[in-house]
Amino acid sequence: MAEYQNIFTQVQVRAAPEMGLVEGVELENRTKGASFSNLAGWLGNAQLGPIYLGTMGVISLATGAIWFMMVGLWYWDQAGYNPAVFLRDLFWFSLEPPGPEYGLSIPPMREGGYFLIASFFLLISVMTWWVRTWLRAEALGMGKHVAWAFLSAIWLFLVLGLFRPLLMGSWSEAVPYGIFTHLDWTNLFSLRYGNLFYNPFHALSIAFLYGSALLFAMHGATILAVSRFGGDRELEQIADRGTASERAALFWRWTMGFNATMEGIHRWAWWFAVLTTLTGGIGILLTGTVVDNWYVWAQELGFAPSYD
Amino acid sequence: MALLSFERKYRVRGGTLVGGDLFDFWVGPFYVGFFGVTTIFFAVLGTLLIFWGATLQGTFNPWLISINPPPLSYGLRAAPLNEGGLWQIITICAHGAFISWALREVEICRKLGMGLHVPVAFGVAIFAYSTLVVIRPILMGAWGHAFPYGIWTHLDWVSNVGYTYGNFHYNPAHMIAVSFFFTTTLALALHGALILSAANPKKGEQMKTPDHEDTYFRDLIGYSVGTLGIHRLGLLLALNAGFWSAICIVISGTIWFDQWVVWWDWWLELPWWSDIPGGVNG
Repeated sequence: MAEYQNIFTQVQVRAAPEMGLVEGVELENRTKGASFSNLAGWLGNAQLGPIYLGTMGVISLATGAIWFMMVGLWYWDQAGYNPAVFLRDLFWFSLEPPGPEYGLSIPPMREGGYFLIASFFLLISVMTWWVRTWLRAEALGMGKHVAWAFLSAIWLFLVLGLFRPLLMGSWSEAVPYGIFTHLDWTNLFSLRYGNLFYNPFHALSIAFLYGSALLFAMHGATILAVSRFGGDRELEQIADRGTASERAALFWRWTMGFNATMEGIHRWAWWFAVLTTLTGGIGILLTGTVVDNWYVWAQELGFAPSYD
Repeated sequence: MALLSFERKYRVRGGTLVGGDLFDFWVGPFYVGFFGVTTIFFAVLGTLLIFWGATLQGTFNPWLISINPPPLSYGLRAAPLNEGGLWQIITICAHGAFISWALREVEICRKLGMGLHVPVAFGVAIFAYSTLVVIRPILMGAWGHAFPYGIWTHLDWVSNVGYTYGNFHYNPAHMIAVSFFFTTTLALALHGALILSAANPKKGEQMKTPDHEDTYFRDLIGYSVGTLGIHRLGLLLALNAGFWSAICIVISGTIWFDQWVVWWDWWLELPWWSDIPGGVNG
């Protein structure tokens, strides 16, 4: 295949930066400048900025930064204030939730109180960012699909750090803030509840996760393959179907007997991604609260294999 | 089988790689082609062999059917049908069907004047599968290192092989693969949502434009990758998820034999800080 496959942008055009539509946006909250990155321009748009700050954005960035700094300062303390140790052990450090003896009470700062305060800031940061995804769409008169999708991710986040600890009656069930320790947490969670692979909601979540990668590979590849016909102009193709949409649809129809439409493929995409965290959250919430051992549970229902 | 309203003008001759005009026809919505015939052959043969294996196993409960690879004692030799030989032939059939499917996609791309991105992307998935059942077993010297074809048994295989190397999450290539899977799903949610939110605006408003998409994302995070860029990004993320998954398993048992947590010792043992007391590892 000697033809150009549109993997990267060969010639980058530069003009005055696009400062964005006005619609219902309060312009004083939008930064005035924009710059360009050649590197970004190879893959997609070269333009960086402007960005809209606004009340929710400022609160979210500030509380997010506080959480990040609190975790970092904890590590700094664990490092004994030695920069070499800080770097050496960075992946091993951890801000741990309170021990099980504290239940849902507020422990002393060094024994989990600090963790709870940091978590509170993270919660504020995530929730105000969610409001932001809603308000930015509202100001432009757009649908709220990004906000609803984000809510599905927040559901999993809240199950892990809030809902399940509440149901289990102990903050100690929350996930620690550390690179290796959160991996240990994940590993032990599966072992403690009898192999999470036998949790059907875990299976659904994994299927949607892999399905999302499959869908994005299929969709991204299809659009790139018809980009010579303008296939990347998806909104135009939704409103007024052109030859790019027709070829993309026929490719899949001829391949597997079925095709989505230019709009429909984005509904498939949205649902697969949203269901990943939605089912994952259900699976976590049921573990230890409703089901104590997923392997035993599967054996009792008679569909776990036996090895002799 | 009904054609789509615009389909007839696209149903033209040509673009085949093998067989000239001989297999250049459709059955219902499906394009056939030489590789459609080979796909059907391998898929039907493989499926029948799975049913035969289920009969030998004595169960038709779909959760419990399992076609197992030969025991390790057979090394890389051909095994008797009932002791992994079926698995070996089914694996050949799977490769035959997958590769035929990819080549059939190439023919359809050529017919429609499209780029070859989809079959190339599918090739990465085939590579990942092949890594698990051919490349790694050959490197380790026995077909028994491949995974069994069964709903629960393949999950048990993942569990057992994972814990053979301790906590598999410490495998750096596994970390990269998982990160790519999560990022792909995040990007897919954002892309799907952005298109839907522009195509389905607030009640009473007109459909929005790509300028709205750019403005929304610049307002939100200060950058919009653009209508073309998001598809390059999505494809790149998804293919990397598959590629690094293959890497993370092929290095386990071939160049790394210990617990994966031990792998990180090289970092702790760097000479300029290995002797400093304090912290977690001091």
